[in-house]
Amino acid sequence: MIRSHVLICGGTGCTSSGSKAIQQAFVDELAKAGLSDEIKLVQTGCFGLCALGPVVIVHPDGTFYSQVKPEDVKDIVEEHLLKGRVVERLVYDETTNPTHEIMSGNVSLNDTDFYKAQHRVALRNCGVIDPENIDEYIAMDGYAALGKALTEMTPEEVIQCIKDSGLRGRGGGGFPTGVKWSLCAPNKADQKYVVCNADEGDPGAFMDRSVLEGDPHCIIEAMAICGYAIGATKGFVYVRAEYPIAVARLQLAINQAREYGLLGKNIFDSGFDFDLEIRLGAGAFVCGEETALMTSIEGNRGEPKPRPPFPAVKGLFGKPTVENNVETFANVAQIILHGAEWFASMGTERSKGTKVFALGGKIKHTGLVEVPMGTTLREIIYDIGGGIPNGKKFKAAQTGGPSGGCIPASLIDTEIDYDNLTAIGCMMGSGGLIVMDEDTCMVDIAKFFLEFTVDESCGKCTPCRVGTKRLYEMLEKITSGKGTMEDLDKLEELCYYIKANSACGLGQTAPNPVLATLKFFREEYEAHVRDKKCPAGVCKELLTYSIDKDKCIGCGLCARNCPVSAISKTEYIAEGHKLPSYEIDASKCIKCGVCMANCSKAKAISKK
Amino acid sequence: MKSLAELQAIREKMRDKVVLREDSGEIRVVVGMATCGIAAGARPVLNTFVEEVNSHGLNNKVTVSQTGCIGICQFEPVVEVYEAGKEKVTYVRMTPEKAKEVVEKHLKSGKIIAEYTITNDRLIGG
Repeated sequence: MIRSHVLICGGTGCTSSGSKAIQQAFVDELAKAGLSDEIKLVQTGCFGLCALGPVVIVHPDGTFYSQVKPEDVKDIVEEHLLKGRVVERLVYDETTNPTHEIMSGNVSLNDTDFYKAQHRVALRNCGVIDPENIDEYIAMDGYAALGKALTEMTPEEVIQCIKDSGLRGRGGGGFPTGVKWSLCAPNKADQKYVVCNADEGDPGAFMDRSVLEGDPHCIIEAMAICGYAIGATKGFVYVRAEYPIAVARLQLAINQAREYGLLGKNIFDSGFDFDLEIRLGAGAFVCGEETALMTSIEGNRGEPKPRPPFPAVKGLFGKPTVENNVETFANVAQIILHGAEWFASMGTERSKGTKVFALGGKIKHTGLVEVPMGTTLREIIYDIGGGIPNGKKFKAAQTGGPSGGCIPASLIDTEIDYDNLTAIGCMMGSGGLIVMDEDTCMVDIAKFFLEFTVDESCGKCTPCRVGTKRLYEMLEKITSGKGTMEDLDKLEELCYYIKANSACGLGQTAPNPVLATLKFFREEYEAHVRDKKCPAGVCKELLTYSIDKDKCIGCGLCARNCPVSAISKTEYIAEGHKLPSYEIDASKCIKCGVCMANCSKAKAISKK
Repeated sequence: MKSLAELQAIREKMRDKVVLREDSGEIRVVVGMATCGIAAGARPVLNTFVEEVNSHGLNNKVTVSQTGCIGICQFEPVVEVYEAGKEKVTYVRMTPEKAKEVVEKHLKSGKIIAEYTITNDRLIGG
């Protein structure tokens, strides 16, 4: 009889930090202790707290162990599983303080600040079930929504339910999902398609990967429901080849669903047929754009097509097609099961439900969080994310990756939903949330994203291909101190031109990082242009390193480590010091910062 | 699979196996499993609780868990029953047979078996 479950995270983050070796160690140690029949090992998807991986959770108490190493496994087995003593040293800090006394051993993940404020709908099964076991998904009410849709609802009722729920596209655009389905449903054709966009290309976003890795069946179920609603019998999941674990688990899940008859002919004896195939993307950012994605599935070079005709009329292989993002699909079965009203009760007036954010950058808890729409940025960063490390000040958060903008510290109490973000010139995007502290240069950030879009522009239309390149060059000019005030106006003008004239979403949103930083941090641009200074101390060409002669103790570490021998001894000996101080020859200095990193004792070197 | 009934059957069958991972138990049974407890025979007691709770279909309501030494080693195996809003009940000198009875009477029907509790033990109580 199984009395305890040990959940080991098998997401990409934890796998790369060694969770496979931990699983093996558990198998060995449990056998040694004779507990193999009493303890069940479960490999799950992402728990969300990736910064603390590899993560192991022991149920029924829910003890949350973080940063577990294979050599720790022996202790967990012998102490915890055999004797019932929690291995305190491995328990995540925040969970060790008992808050409620009645339950002994309060070390559960659910009591941490990271999880308390979250509300998991799309990620509900991630980190809870074994993604490679269809029975566990079914135990969590899996495929019940498909059963309900096929046996109790008409396609029109399914669409109406999704419409009423207020679900909007989670890939970034925020187009109402039910409306998208209803535009496709009436179109007559011999074949229609459902496409799932899992080409997660935004740097810093990884929620789609986590859903596919942790709960692949929820995507299969939702796509079948969508197929029923619009009259499609065939679906494609377009997923990046860079997500090998996600691809493998999804394929396994598809096979299991076929075996159970949940994909294939005459599902639930309703006369409805549906099947799925995976298509691998080669990692081009533009293939996340729906028309380019479909062109790529057809076997052609991924380039966008002009709209109209819209995919709902003439999409994949020229047939009516609905394309939704992974996270959008992850909500569908829950909506069918619990009703539109349940979903609409979460969130804000025009943005219903929850949103998953991938927290990254200068934040304590890097990972995945799911919160109701309308949660403020402050709650996400400080209450859930644990704040900024090293006592630094919050400066801005970048949302929506290279297509989005930034939210400055002054707007930290903005309630995050589609419309509020659009109103401040930002974009929800896919939910990447990169936190920046005072050491981040906003001009440099804009340049970083522009470099990305220059690389990823498919080259089909001129405004995007040439325009983004020119934008990048202007930013380069500014960060190297050669910019003029006229350049700032030209920069802005070109941004609007590219936005208005590009063929697809990639070009239309590419200038957003520049426009947003110009709007909120214009003084930083001006400092680069007028004062030839980078206030955050990032842009190398505007920095000067210098040694405070009176602080220098003459140890010579800086001179010894300088790669270009730009530092030499002077004859000056400061009061109270025994050795002569050093100085930097600015004409030789390459501003690598090695001297400053080595001057940890006297802290005599500064950059300006 | 051709019917909702079959899906339902799989769900029922699997439900018991994953319910362990949900924080749903209204009642929490904690078995002392330190060296003293194990030496006194806590392992069969723990396993009996797990089996009996399952066979009585109480696994939605009852969580069986283990803990370390609570300091009354002479009374081991010790089993404590926590229930929200009620006083903790401590059973001492447990055996698999007593465990079966506790599941039957206390966990299922809410009747505390006073003679097995610590307050009734001849060394301390009444």
